[in-house]
Amino acid sequence: MTAIASILNDKFQDSILSIQETKDEFPTLWVNPGRIVDVLGFLKNEVARPFKMLYDLTAIDEQARNHRQGQPDSGFTVVYQLLSFERNSFIRLKVPLTSEKPTLPSITSIWPAANWYEREVYDMFGIKFQGHPHLKRILMPQTWEGHPLQKCHPARATEMGPFQLPESKQEIEQQALQFKPEEWGLDNTLEEDDLMFLNLGPQHPGTHGVLRFVLQLDGEDIVKIIPDIGFHHRGAEKMGERQTWHSYIPYTDRVEYLGGVMNNFPYVMAVEKLAGITVPDRAKVIRIMMSELFRISSHLVWYGTFAQDLGMMTPVFLMFNDREKVLDIVAAVTGGRMHPNWFRIGGVAQDLPTGWKKLIQQFIDYFPKRLKEYDRYVMKNGIFKARTVGIGVYSTEEAIEWGITGPGLRATGFDWDFRKKQPYSGYEQFEFDVPTAQNGDCYDRSKVRIEEMRQSLRIIQQCLDNMPEGEFKSDHPLTTPPRKKHTMHDIETLINHFVHVSWGPVMPAGEAFCSVEATKGNNGYYLVSDGNTNSYRTRIRTPSFPHIQFVPEISTGYTIADLMAILGSVDYVLSDIDR
Amino acid sequence: MNEGVLHTLVAFGILVVLLTIAAGLIWLERRLLALWQDRYGPNRVGPFGLFQVMADMIKIFFKEDWIPGFADKKVFVIAPAMLVITILMSFAIVPFTPEIMVVDLNIGILFFLAMSSLGAYSVVLGGWSSNNKYSLLGAIRGAAQMISYEVFMGMSLMGVVIMAGSLNMTDIVIAQKKMWFIIPQFIGFVIFFIGGVAEAHRLPFDIVEAESELIAGYHSEYSGLKFGLFFVGEYLGITLISALITTLFFGGWLGFGFLPPVFWFLLKTFAFIMVFILLRAALPRPRYDQLMSLGWKILLPLSLLNLLVTGAIVLYFQ
Repeated sequence: MTAIASILNDKFQDSILSIQETKDEFPTLWVNPGRIVDVLGFLKNEVARPFKMLYDLTAIDEQARNHRQGQPDSGFTVVYQLLSFERNSFIRLKVPLTSEKPTLPSITSIWPAANWYEREVYDMFGIKFQGHPHLKRILMPQTWEGHPLQKCHPARATEMGPFQLPESKQEIEQQALQFKPEEWGLDNTLEEDDLMFLNLGPQHPGTHGVLRFVLQLDGEDIVKIIPDIGFHHRGAEKMGERQTWHSYIPYTDRVEYLGGVMNNFPYVMAVEKLAGITVPDRAKVIRIMMSELFRISSHLVWYGTFAQDLGMMTPVFLMFNDREKVLDIVAAVTGGRMHPNWFRIGGVAQDLPTGWKKLIQQFIDYFPKRLKEYDRYVMKNGIFKARTVGIGVYSTEEAIEWGITGPGLRATGFDWDFRKKQPYSGYEQFEFDVPTAQNGDCYDRSKVRIEEMRQSLRIIQQCLDNMPEGEFKSDHPLTTPPRKKHTMHDIETLINHFVHVSWGPVMPAGEAFCSVEATKGNNGYYLVSDGNTNSYRTRIRTPSFPHIQFVPEISTGYTIADLMAILGSVDYVLSDIDR
Repeated sequence: MNEGVLHTLVAFGILVVLLTIAAGLIWLERRLLALWQDRYGPNRVGPFGLFQVMADMIKIFFKEDWIPGFADKKVFVIAPAMLVITILMSFAIVPFTPEIMVVDLNIGILFFLAMSSLGAYSVVLGGWSSNNKYSLLGAIRGAAQMISYEVFMGMSLMGVVIMAGSLNMTDIVIAQKKMWFIIPQFIGFVIFFIGGVAEAHRLPFDIVEAESELIAGYHSEYSGLKFGLFFVGEYLGITLISALITTLFFGGWLGFGFLPPVFWFLLKTFAFIMVFILLRAALPRPRYDQLMSLGWKILLPLSLLNLLVTGAIVLYFQ
């Protein structure tokens, strides 16, 4: 039993129902639903070296699960995952819910950031949270029937019957789209206060995608701002339950569509944890190298579009040209551009092509000069500074409170980088700095990202100089696609190979979580295997979700123009928010 | 040919040339921006893509002339026309050469200031009549920006007026025979230039449109020919401000003699047009309140100071 588990066991004797073993070896405790608020409050505020960040909150529909040995009886399980920076460790708390209409006390009083997570759980599983300030659907349309991540909810169009839109239904749908300020938690006192509602998005050049904000304005000053998400929701988590372990990899590419293989990374590592696969060194370094290339590519998109948000026209073109150079390398290595679908369970799809070193070296030699030039264009521009310095400020404490990770956290002066603190895939062998800034404003967030590109170049150079020889894929039987050399011995090996390729491998039952320092923050996959060819539950914890939830906190009181600067500096993509 | 007919022909000729220049500028700007941004720009239609503007014009002419149902129809139609008319009227006082000009008003500068004030109505009415919140915000910004920038734009010109001793444009050019006013009136020039950029609402002062904030600001709801008028109006505005800078600070048609005066005038004007385009390629957009405080807190006192010093010096030497 880990230290924190025994502390909790002593403090809340009867309320700790059991302690579960998981493949990721996080302390995982089952807690009595009645005491969960107390336990979480204790972990956040009272325990020594507290768990300050609500890292994730999700649920599992247990009703179709076979392998639950040693776990308390549960229909729906709500899962809380907390992060302690002082301990540098996660803890997972699970709450079993057995009733027909599951309800649970809300923890928004402890973590305001739980607001959206609880709404998502309600939306997806139908679990109600008592005391939640605004329990409404968040990703699905308000008129949706059923809760998609329940096991009884169909996952394919063929299971749902043809789509029809009779006039009566259309009427209802249109009614639901009517703007009623009260439903958004806005008071309708416009007349007296001379305030104005402004609908910004989902189609707006400043939101970088289908994101909607409802603003209450006093002139151009933002009095209140409420984000509306879900327009980009594609059911990535539900798809995880019907694709095989292997064929889900392409879907991960599209979760944060600027990060490319960076999205494959946590997923395949989580599956490898489940399967117990050790990845060969060469594959590890290839993975790091490709991920860092994508970090540069993603940051370049951010850099250009951020400048454009502030009215700069030129940088975006120059930066997209440079990004094209990165994508050319990606294309040469993987054959794909933005969604290369390149990592495999147990390694990568293919070995590096001949001449890859020269290709990448050229880019490494070329790019720093450009970065310096961009500093001159953008970062040193007086108007740019006037627009970003002191705008959208937050402190480290606030950032942690709201679940902010990545450059947004480091810009507040806290050097928390998962590549350094919880190294994965061999990051501990690389030399690089973790750039930080002090003020936590738009300008500092930019500074951190730009420096990160330089550090990524350093990492890539080290990959180039020290690329290990050897296999690019593990020899483990659960590696996908399975290696051909294992076939053709006898009928048994051939059948095995055939089944692996056609049905996909069967991962041993268990649970594993893995996360990486992605381009926008911490991206994690929590996988539950029920000993099948596909995942029982795929939870994708994305950084943009909490980041956008945080936007109202840091943009109230500023103007519309500042809101654009703040949105740009937060660096999100809609697919990453909605999944 | 009697004088009246000749005069009409000159005026008509200027109109045609101006509209051609404005249309050509669209091409020029797109090509120049592309050059500075490592891309090609329009290069398919005709040689160097020169006919792109024609193609765009044909497209715009054949677009449905649509007015949103919720708009205030009459005002909605008048607004874009007003912009083009006021700018074209302002050109009446610009002396391209001693011979080529529409009218030689003795209140030349005042006439320009009056017209540019009227031009502000175009933005305000366009945004107001669109009945769209983004347009309204653009119109409010436009009203505030243009009214306040006109104050010290006019003020900055008074130095020139004092030195030339006349509001008449021809007199001002002739007064620069010894020395262009850019040298004694450098501060006036800087202020007029900044005011001019704001007046033409070009980046970095395009806060009335502010694509990433207000979508297209005051002309969000406009399409087809009416949008085309706003669009051409913007380029006419650039040409006007450049022509005025040339006239007021850079000696107008005055040159070094071996080329015709109109050539010198056009050369200088185009140089400033290029600066306008370069500004757009290089700078981000300040915030609305930053623009206002720049105007009232820095530019206005500066222009008053400039006026005071110029007046004192001129008086001293008399």
